[in-house]
Parts: sequence; structure tokens; C-alpha cells
Amino acid sequence: MITGTPKPIEEILEMIEPYDDIIVAGCHGCVTVCRVGGEKEVQVLASTLRLAREASGRKIEIKEVSLERQCDPEYVETMRPYVEDHQAVLSIACGAGIQFLAEKFTATPLLPGINTGFLGVTERQGEWAERCQGCGDCVLHLTGGICPVTRCAKSLFHGPCGGSVRGICEVDKEVKCGWQLIIDRLVALDQMENYGKLKPYKGWNSARDGGPRRIIREDMI
Amino acid sequence: MKVESNLKRVLDAGHFSVTAECGPPRGADPDVVRKKAAYVKDNVDACNVTDNQTSVVRMSSLAGCLLIKELGIDPLIQMVVRDRNRIALQSDLLGASALGVRNLLCLSGDHQKFGDDPQAKNVFDIDSMQLIHLAKTMRDEGVFPSGDKLQGAPDFYIGCAVNPFADPFEIRVPRLKLKMEAGADFVQTQCIYNMEKFKTYMEGAKQQGLHEKIKILAGVTPLKSAGMAKFMRRMVAGMDIPDEVVNRIADEPKEKQAAKGIEMCIEQIQELKEMEGIAGIHVMAIEWEEKLNEIIGGAGLLPRPVID
Amino acid sequence: MLPCTGRIDEALLLKAFENGADGVMVVGCLEGDCHYVNGNIRARARVKRVYGILEKINIGPDRVRMYNLSAGEGSKFAAYSNEFVEQILELGPSPINVARGATGQVTSQEEAA
Repeated sequence: MITGTPKPIEEILEMIEPYDDIIVAGCHGCVTVCRVGGEKEVQVLASTLRLAREASGRKIEIKEVSLERQCDPEYVETMRPYVEDHQAVLSIACGAGIQFLAEKFTATPLLPGINTGFLGVTERQGEWAERCQGCGDCVLHLTGGICPVTRCAKSLFHGPCGGSVRGICEVDKEVKCGWQLIIDRLVALDQMENYGKLKPYKGWNSARDGGPRRIIREDMI
Repeated sequence: MKVESNLKRVLDAGHFSVTAECGPPRGADPDVVRKKAAYVKDNVDACNVTDNQTSVVRMSSLAGCLLIKELGIDPLIQMVVRDRNRIALQSDLLGASALGVRNLLCLSGDHQKFGDDPQAKNVFDIDSMQLIHLAKTMRDEGVFPSGDKLQGAPDFYIGCAVNPFADPFEIRVPRLKLKMEAGADFVQTQCIYNMEKFKTYMEGAKQQGLHEKIKILAGVTPLKSAGMAKFMRRMVAGMDIPDEVVNRIADEPKEKQAAKGIEMCIEQIQELKEMEGIAGIHVMAIEWEEKLNEIIGGAGLLPRPVID
Repeated sequence: MLPCTGRIDEALLLKAFENGADGVMVVGCLEGDCHYVNGNIRARARVKRVYGILEKINIGPDRVRMYNLSAGEGSKFAAYSNEFVEQILELGPSPINVARGATGQVTSQEEAA
């Protein structure tokens, strides 16, 4: 899923300072699962903002909505009838959702209520970790199902570097060395022959470096 | 006339070679480099110039190489893939070669988190293994990786670094082999303190005949004090300093620890000199370049051979 | 009516303040005694998160508090209630009620058990 963290309330209060009537918009997708932008978080954030604003002497009207997904046009369109009745939309969906609202509702300022994180997994309740950078050219079949681009702090294709000590990355003692994980897994799968080969230079053009990406599936259009 | 790497000539002639390193200053003052170089000159066959080591910004390696070259030292440019994409790396390889730098060390580079700009964007477009391959392709085939022909191929004696003590230990030798196959002519190791573990590593390398295909320069760093030993052990990732080494220097009174460190370093070089498969040593006297002559001379490695 | 403090969430507690409460007292079953296994433990975590929110918006974390009691501890309940009301009276009206021009009395109490 796409993960995220709430923006500090002070930062949000500063963002909404010019407005007296806004929409707080959540999303039932990834951000609900990682508990940062679902229906509950909309209620809590809206209440918090109303309380803070009223206590400071300037009330704010807040409409609370939660879309099935902010990244799909049919759900986004459900907001159209009332968006312009409000001065701004504070979205707590991921960056993709926020931007999709912004491009659909051009007359209304869109404000981000969360900091979008990464493509990750829930390791345990309350803890998420990155697994994929969406580089557009997957090599997991060669690396024991563990991504060197994401799990190695240097995205090395021939790791580990000298900074790997007892399975821990030099960058942070809480971070496991991705290449130690890859090697352990290759050994367990008896696939170490994959390690001893020089890999071609990665084509980062399929990653973000090639510019904003687009997928067109002719068979589905 | 074609300029050749002095380090390569010394090694090819069968001599036990000596390299050292010179860290450029945190500023633009060339005299800092010249002062260090004066201690290095005549004690080594080539001198590494580090590339923003530990991600701390310093004068560029290429500039440092030229400054020491002016003083008659064969420069060895260190190049990390942390800060430059393949476009910049290729360009710098061409530039360094054009300016007469003939030795190259291909490195990943410490993560930027350790430096003074932890918020910097890292690059790691290609990794150090691929940089070796890149340099070799340009040198031997006279083409860019894109296939386009070069107007003059760069000429480098290509090196790599290995840490025989990092984890996982079992892939350390395969990794050296991979670097050799990618195109490395020589390798400089991380500083060695754990001689037993290093011998095990060398046995593995020799079993595969790697010592005959790649020149192995064993890295040493003289300890200035017991405090430095403990600090390095604690703070430097992959630094393996056994208790007996620390104790040997710690048992000396403070004022005699530096002399003991030098004595231990000399002993170690002598032991390395006798080991099969070791082609030379790489002395990293960190901010202690003035002791190079004493260490290298003490190990019986002076004067350095002059090869015409 | 709430069946269990496990139904309490941050939004409900904040809503109480929006509705004019100067303080919110959450009373759950004794820990380990939850009819729904861990509803009261979850409630405690949520109450804690609300402390954090109230602190950040200057309403103050002391206006919400969780107590654990069994159904047979009536006198303890009375004592806790008096203690909490005392605490809220000392704090005075919440900044929301001040802004709304309240007179300084505790305007409402919401309880959940």
C-alpha cells in the first residue's frame, strides 16, 4: 500500500489560516489501511481543527467527506456538486489523490493534510516499511524476492558494501542490510549463482528519472 | 610518449609495492595538499587522493591528484559513485586521464548520512562494480558504454577496494572475484588488524587463483593510541580490531602509545610482505602522513624502485 | 449508550469537547476484565492519543482522563467523579467555552462505561 504520516497539526492550521469553510477529504484506499487518511481520521482531524480554530476565536466550517478512492475519476466526480461551495479542500489521501482532486477541481485550492511516504507493507500494527520504489524494471527473481533498489541504502546491484555489519546497514542500526537479506535468501534457495554475475547497468529511464510515467494498456481502452 | 602508471610498472616488475593516501583539505588551500605530499613523496609508488571520504566535503580528488602530480608523485584518483551519475563519471574519467592521472580506484562511497550534508540526494546510478566495468570498457574497447567511439581512450590502472572483514564473510572472496572479472587490475583492502581472519580470506582467494590475476595491496593504518583503536572499532562499520591488538597498545603508557602503534604497523607490514599473494601494501596514515617515511623505511621498503 | 469503552474513539472524545464539555471522563472495566477481551485497553490507547491532540491545540491534556472500575465499585465511582469534577473546576471552562462566552461553570459531563 501507499503509506503516509499526518502532517503536524500546527502546519495544517497554518495552511488553512486564510479559510473559514473547507472540506476535509479522506480516502477509503491505502491511507485508510495505514490509518492516516480514512473516514475516522477525517472525523478526528475535522474535530481537531474546529476546536483549535474556535479556541483561537475564529470558527471554521468543515464538511467531512471520504471517497472510495481519490485516485479514480468516478469517485472524485461525486464531490463536484459541492466543491465550489467551500473555499478549499484539505485532502488526507496520498499525493496522487490530492493531485487528482486538484486537477479535477481547478477553481479550488487543494491542501495536503498528510506527508505521503512509500510503497510498503504493515510489519506489525503501527509499523510500516518500504518494499518497492516502482522503478519499472523488476529483478526480484534474481535477488531472492528482496529488492536491492529499495532495501539497499545505496541501491547497489552488487552489494553488500563494506558498511554491512552483522546484517545491519551502516545507515541506521534499525535497518537490515538488504544485501545480507538477499544473500541469506539466495543461499536458502540454492540460487547463489545469481550473485556471482555482473549485472547490466540499470536503466533508470523506466523509473522516475525518465520523467513522469504513464501506463497505457491498449487492450483495456 | 604514452605515460604509464608508475604503480603498474613497479608491480609488473615484480616489486612489493607501496601506496599511501592523502586526504584533500576542507577548503581551497593547495598548500595543505602540498605539505602532505611532501611527506608522501619518495615513500610510495602511487598515492591515493580520497573523494569526499565519509561524505564530508573536501577539495575534489582530481584537483588533489594534479597538485601531488606536480610534485612528482604518481596520483591515484579515488572515485565514488555516490555523487555522480554515469554521465559525470565518464566525463571525469576522460578528464582525469587527459590530465595524466593513470591510477583509478572505484568505490561506492560512504552514505551521505555520515557527512555534513545528510540531506543531500544520493546518486548511485551505477555501483562500484559497474564503474570498474565502465572504466575498463572505455580503456580497452575505446568506446562509451553507449557504443560510441571515444576520441582517445582513457588510460587507467584500474583498482577496487575490498573489506575482507565485512559481513557476510562467505561472499567476500566471490565479491573480489566479481570485481576482478569486472576489470579491476589491483585491489586495496580495508585496514587490516585481524591478521588471522585476513589469512583465511587470502586462503580463499588463493584457492581460486585470484592473487595471480589481481594485485592485492594489503591495507594498514598505524594506531596513534589505544583511544583511536577503540574509537575506530566502535565507530567505523566493518572495522575488525581484535582485543589483543587493542590491549597491546593500551598496555603502554600514553606517551609511548604512538611509538608502539608505529612499531606494530611495521611488524604487520613485514608479516604481510612474507605472505603469498600479497603484492604490496597500502598505508593509510590518517592525518599522520609525517610518519610514512618512518613506517615504510622501518619495514625495509625504501628506497622505492625507479623503473624507466 | 456505548456497549463498551472499546467503542470509544478519538473522534467521539473530541466531539464531546465540540459539544461544550469542559472535561471528559472515560470509565472502563478493570483491565483484564473486559467482556470483549481488550476493549478497555484499546480505549486507553485512544484516550492517550487524545491527550496528545488536546495538548497540541492548547486545550490541555488534563481535560480527559480514563478510570477503570468494576460495576460493584459505586463509592469509588463517586469518589473518582468528584475528583475529576474538582480537577476540571480548577482548570475552568475549556478555551472553546471561553470563546463561546461561557460563564465559567462546567457545562456538561459526558461519561462512558
